[in-house]
Amino acid sequence: MDWTLIFSRAVEAGIGTEAVIYALAAIGLNIHFGYTGLLNFGQAGFLAVGAYGVATTVATLGLPFWLGIVIGLAAAVLFALLLGIPTLRLRADYLAIVTIAAAEIVRLVVRSVALQGTFGGTDGLEAFSDDFYGMNIYSPGQYGIGPIAFDHRTLWVLTVGWILVAAACAVVYLVMKSPWGRVLKAIREDEDAVRSLGKNVFSYKMQALVFGGVIGSLAGFLFALSRAATQPDLFSTELTFFAYTVLILGGAARVFGPVLGAVIFWCLLILVKTGMEEAVNHQVITFITVNQVGSINYMLVGLGLVLLLIYRPQGILGDKREIALDAR
Amino acid sequence: MHADTVNRKAEALAALASVPSEPGAPKPDPILVVDNVVRRFGGLTAVEVEHVEIQRGSITALIGPNGAGKTTFFNQLTGFDTADSGAWTFNGKPMNGVSAHQVARRGMVRTFQLTKALSKLTVMENMRLGAQKQRGENFFRALFSGLWQPQEDEITVRAEELLERFKLGAKRDDFAGSLSGGQRKLLEMARALMVGPELVMLDEPMAGVNPALTQSLLGHVKDLREQGMTVLFVEHDMDMVRDISDWVIVMAQGTVIAEGPPDTIMADARVIDAYLGAHHDAPLTTAEAEEQLHQAEAELEAEIEEKA
Ligand SMILES: Nc1ncnc2c1ncn2[C@@H]1O[C@H](COP(=O)(O)OP(=O)(O)OP(=O)(O)O)[C@@H](O)[C@H]1O
Ligand SMILES: [Mg+2]
Repeated sequence: MDWTLIFSRAVEAGIGTEAVIYALAAIGLNIHFGYTGLLNFGQAGFLAVGAYGVATTVATLGLPFWLGIVIGLAAAVLFALLLGIPTLRLRADYLAIVTIAAAEIVRLVVRSVALQGTFGGTDGLEAFSDDFYGMNIYSPGQYGIGPIAFDHRTLWVLTVGWILVAAACAVVYLVMKSPWGRVLKAIREDEDAVRSLGKNVFSYKMQALVFGGVIGSLAGFLFALSRAATQPDLFSTELTFFAYTVLILGGAARVFGPVLGAVIFWCLLILVKTGMEEAVNHQVITFITVNQVGSINYMLVGLGLVLLLIYRPQGILGDKREIALDAR
Repeated sequence: MHADTVNRKAEALAALASVPSEPGAPKPDPILVVDNVVRRFGGLTAVEVEHVEIQRGSITALIGPNGAGKTTFFNQLTGFDTADSGAWTFNGKPMNGVSAHQVARRGMVRTFQLTKALSKLTVMENMRLGAQKQRGENFFRALFSGLWQPQEDEITVRAEELLERFKLGAKRDDFAGSLSGGQRKLLEMARALMVGPELVMLDEPMAGVNPALTQSLLGHVKDLREQGMTVLFVEHDMDMVRDISDWVIVMAQGTVIAEGPPDTIMADARVIDAYLGAHHDAPLTTAEAEEQLHQAEAELEAEIEEKA
């Protein structure tokens, strides 16, 4: 078995494109769910809105790249408002139902035949990322240390991605230690108490939804740009659930929880997958075929998540004392 | 200080002296005026208050049997529930349909019968949350701590003073969720005061608070009146009601059945009927208590035998 291959793949995945995208998606969810207690099950929708915002503007309408970014961000804000206005006055579970449905609506709209001319149907859109790669600061070639290597395009995506992650974490850190963040955390605990103290709960919940949604749309930009293409089925509900896994693994309501969660999630996922593939290829494991590795891998993810929730519900960075309060 | 204490109480009593002891009696300087507030839950009329006025600068008790509609009445006035009909004014301004947070901002702050401590915030954070007009509660200003830190420090000083007064100073950095039930009541009351209210509405503030602390809490409530606040509170403990209230309003089955000074109210036949019961005044003697105990035991035994 090629252990170097297994470990280098795992490390690459841990700092790679997927990890960055999921880190950003989960940072957004952390604002919604971790800090404010909003059950947003439609984070995939925010990513889709961002991705299609930039892709449609550039590929379909032929407008500049940066305008596409602005439109993507604006679309995410609009999406948050559309979700929030009818649901944020209602009980928490309504938001969950509406967001999961709304994200699916976005996916079905962009993959619809009727709008194929605009969004490209199931094939999606491409040819919108030239300007992005035109700004690449790395000259063509392979970059890396030892067996861990990325090509210049991936490295550019990762550079931009990790800068965005760092910036998002910095902003989250600043606002969450401020009185603004205090109101959000209080809303998570008891809305009525916060109302009785003269805070406009609806407005704060809306701000949180927009803020987390905008960060989700950044993940959408990266998702589309890293593949130089975007397809509707990238943004299925599965994406949201993986983002939740990442968030809970790392620790909700912790600034670095989603980042650590994303790194560990992707590292482990690929470690186990490559490990199993290698083991099958070298006849160490004989009772499964290579084709079954993928499914088994996801079963193991599920099992891991269950064990995590039982033995460490607060996640890696969480505070055990806070969980203990729930039992009182 | 002491002279002042006597003054405010005397002022409130003097103002109320000429008010007749009858439901809906007009007050000389009402801060809150309520007209025809009705709230129904299906077939049940939980609140049907024709007219009530609360005298500014007084401590008014709202009493009545379980299910009389006291909490529901609070909920209507503070915007936590929507009345089916009715109108009420606070400081002369109409308050119908004003949302809960606006009600608080206008100076009418309530606490809850089922305490709402924000468990995963520390005691100090709970307190700070109560302060109004915080610059750092705006998202963009929140990013620059220099813009709100000075105000935060002022708020912290004020919060510390209040926590000391409510004997919670030692708990300032503990999670509110780790406090005992009585301590949470205290925290909730202190937090409400952080808002800087004109009218404080307390829903059973003393439930679950130990007797020694009740005494000092009574002192705090009287103190609120000294600081010029008006207090309206719901309470079942008659000794406390007698001790601190200038005026008592009695509710039963959603309506106001009587109001007046504490002593008048406690002698009122309707109130005794509806709420206090015949024996409310005379504390049990040891002999009586033992007698009751024997009786209860006998009943219990009889029941057990019946089942066997
Ligand atoms: N949300 C609701 N739905 C249905 N009925 C309700 C609701 N809230 C209150 N009620 C009913 O209204 C009546 C008044 O209740 P309320 O809580 O105001 O009583 P209370 O005077 O505060 O009593 P207590 O002294 O026990 O706190 C009760 O009969 C109660 O069952
Ligand atoms: Mg009640």
